[in-house]
Amino acid sequence: MAAPAAADTLAEVPPRGPGAPLSATSERSGYVHLGRIPESTPGRRPVDPGEAINSKTPLGQLVGTITPADLHYERSHAGVPDIDPALHRLLVHGMATRERVFTMDDIRAMPTTSRIAFLECTGNGWENWKTAPPDVTVQNTHGLVSTSEWTGVPLAYVLDLVGADPAATWMLAEGGDGAAVARSIPLTDEIIAEGMLAHGQNGEPLRPAHGFPLRLFLPGLEGNLNIKWLRRLKFGDRPFMTRWETARYTQLQADGSARQFQLRQEVNSVITAPSGMMQIRPGFNRVTGLAWSGHGRITRVEVSTDGARTWRDAAIAGPALPKAQARFQADWVWDGTPARLVSRATDEKGNLQPDRARFIAQTGTNALFHYNAQQTWAVDAEGRVRNVLA
Amino acid sequence: MSWPRPGVLGLLAALAGGLAATAAEFGRPASQDEIALWDIDIPPDGTGLPPGSGSVARGLQVFEETCAACHGDRGQGGIADRLVGGQGSLGSAQPVKTVGSFWPYATSLFDYVRRAMPYPAPQTLSDDDTYAVVAYILSLNGIVPGDATLSRSTLPSIRMPNRDGFVPDKEFSVIHNARQSPPRTP
Repeated sequence: MAAPAAADTLAEVPPRGPGAPLSATSERSGYVHLGRIPESTPGRRPVDPGEAINSKTPLGQLVGTITPADLHYERSHAGVPDIDPALHRLLVHGMATRERVFTMDDIRAMPTTSRIAFLECTGNGWENWKTAPPDVTVQNTHGLVSTSEWTGVPLAYVLDLVGADPAATWMLAEGGDGAAVARSIPLTDEIIAEGMLAHGQNGEPLRPAHGFPLRLFLPGLEGNLNIKWLRRLKFGDRPFMTRWETARYTQLQADGSARQFQLRQEVNSVITAPSGMMQIRPGFNRVTGLAWSGHGRITRVEVSTDGARTWRDAAIAGPALPKAQARFQADWVWDGTPARLVSRATDEKGNLQPDRARFIAQTGTNALFHYNAQQTWAVDAEGRVRNVLA
Repeated sequence: MSWPRPGVLGLLAALAGGLAATAAEFGRPASQDEIALWDIDIPPDGTGLPPGSGSVARGLQVFEETCAACHGDRGQGGIADRLVGGQGSLGSAQPVKTVGSFWPYATSLFDYVRRAMPYPAPQTLSDDDTYAVVAYILSLNGIVPGDATLSRSTLPSIRMPNRDGFVPDKEFSVIHNARQSPPRTP
C-alpha cells in the first residue's frame, strides 16, 4: 500500500495507529534514500563498486554539519580489513626510550579527548581540474569531505608515554590494511597538540571503513595522513619517503616540479543546494552549503548569484568550530533568468577561498590534489542547475 | 637538533607529571626481535634493507608471473598503474607519472613492492625476488642496465631521473616543536 502522493487536505493525512515494535538499532525511514557513490579517478563514472577507490558523501541531501558514520566518505587503498580488536596491536618504536606494544584494551583505558572536526580526501574537487562535467551533483564534485566527532587518545600523551626523543621531528604512521599505507607525520606543536589516536566516531567505536579499531586523526590535514587501522608508529628525525608521500600524494605544478608535504587542507566551501542536477522554481530559494578550512574556524561565507560579480554575506549557523564544517545559508529570490551561484569562504587566519582563474594560474591543472577553487553552479532559464567551471 | 638527551628528559617527565610512572601500566616493552618483524620501511639511505639480491633477468620472470596481469606486459599499464615511460612529460598538458618519470627514490620502490605487492598477497615475495622485480622495473625505464643485480649495497646509490623534482612545502620543510627546547632548570 503506497501512501497518497499528496495530502491536499488534512483529511487525507493517514490516521494514527500503533507503530513498529522497539528494536536494538533504528533504521532510516523507508521514505529516506541516502547513500554514498563509489567512484574512481576523475571522469570515470559510473564505476563498478569492485573498481571503486573511494565512496562519496551525499552532501546535497544532508543537513547540519555532522555526517552520519555510515555516510562518511571513504577512501582506501586495499579494501577494508576485518580486524579483530583482541588481536590488534599498536607498536610504537624508533627514537623513543620506551618502545612498547599496546593492545586495544590498553588504548581504550588511556585518557581520551573528543573533538568535532572535518576529514577531507586530498582528491576532493578533482572532477573540475580540467573540465566541468555538466551532469554531476555536489556529491560527485565535493563528496570527499565529512565531519564527525572523533574520540581518542591525545598524540601528546602517547609521545610522553613512550618517551619520544625530543630530536624526533617526524613520525611514521602505518596501517594494518593490505597496502600497509604509511605516511610521515611532521611533529609540529600543532600536530602534537591536536593529533589523536582515535577509536571513536560520533559516539560509537570506529566503523571498519573508517579504521576500526584505531586510526590516526590529525585535524585539518589531508585525509590519507589520518592512517586507518593504525598498527605502527615509528619516530625519526626526517621523512621516511614512502610511496604515498613521493609518487602519490604530491602535486604536480605547471613547470613539472611537484609540491611535497602539502599537508594542510585549504579554505573551501560549496553550495549544496541548489546544486548540480537539482531543479529550482522562480521565487524564493534558500541557498545553503558547507564551508571548512584546515587553518581553523570559518569566519565568513559570501554567496554570489551573478557569477562572482557581486557578493553578499551568508549567515553561518551555530558555532563555527575550528577545522570543522560550518553550515551557511542565504535567502534568494530567483527572477527566472539564468544565474550563476558561487560561494567563497574566509577562515580565521584571513585565508580567502580563491576563484578558479587565480587558483589555476598559481597551480596549473595537473596537481590532481588540493583543489579548493570556488564552485560555480549555473542555473538556466528552466531552473536546471549544472556544474560549470566558473 | 643539538638536543637529544632522552635520559634527562625521562627523569624530568617522571618528576613533572608522573607520566613515566603510568607508562608501566599500559602495554608492554617491545622486543627487538618482534620490532624487526614489523619494521619494514626503507628510507632513502637504505637503512633496513634486507640481505639478498636479485637480477633483472630473474625480475622479468617474477614480473610476468605476479605483476603483468595488472600492470601490463613490460609494465605498460593495465588495470593498475603504468610503471614505464613518461620521462620528460611532467611539465606537459598530459603528464605521465611512472616509476621512471616520477619516483624520486629507488628505495621507496623496494619498500612499496615489499609492503603492498602483489595486491592480492602482499609481503609474499622473497627479498631476493623483491630486489629482482625492482631491478627489472628500473631496467625497463633505462635506469639500470639489463644485466644489473641489485642488493642493499647498490640500491640506495641509484639516482632516479626525477630525484630533484620535489619541492617540500615551506610549512613542513623544517620541523620545530616545543619539545626540542631546553627544559627550564627549577
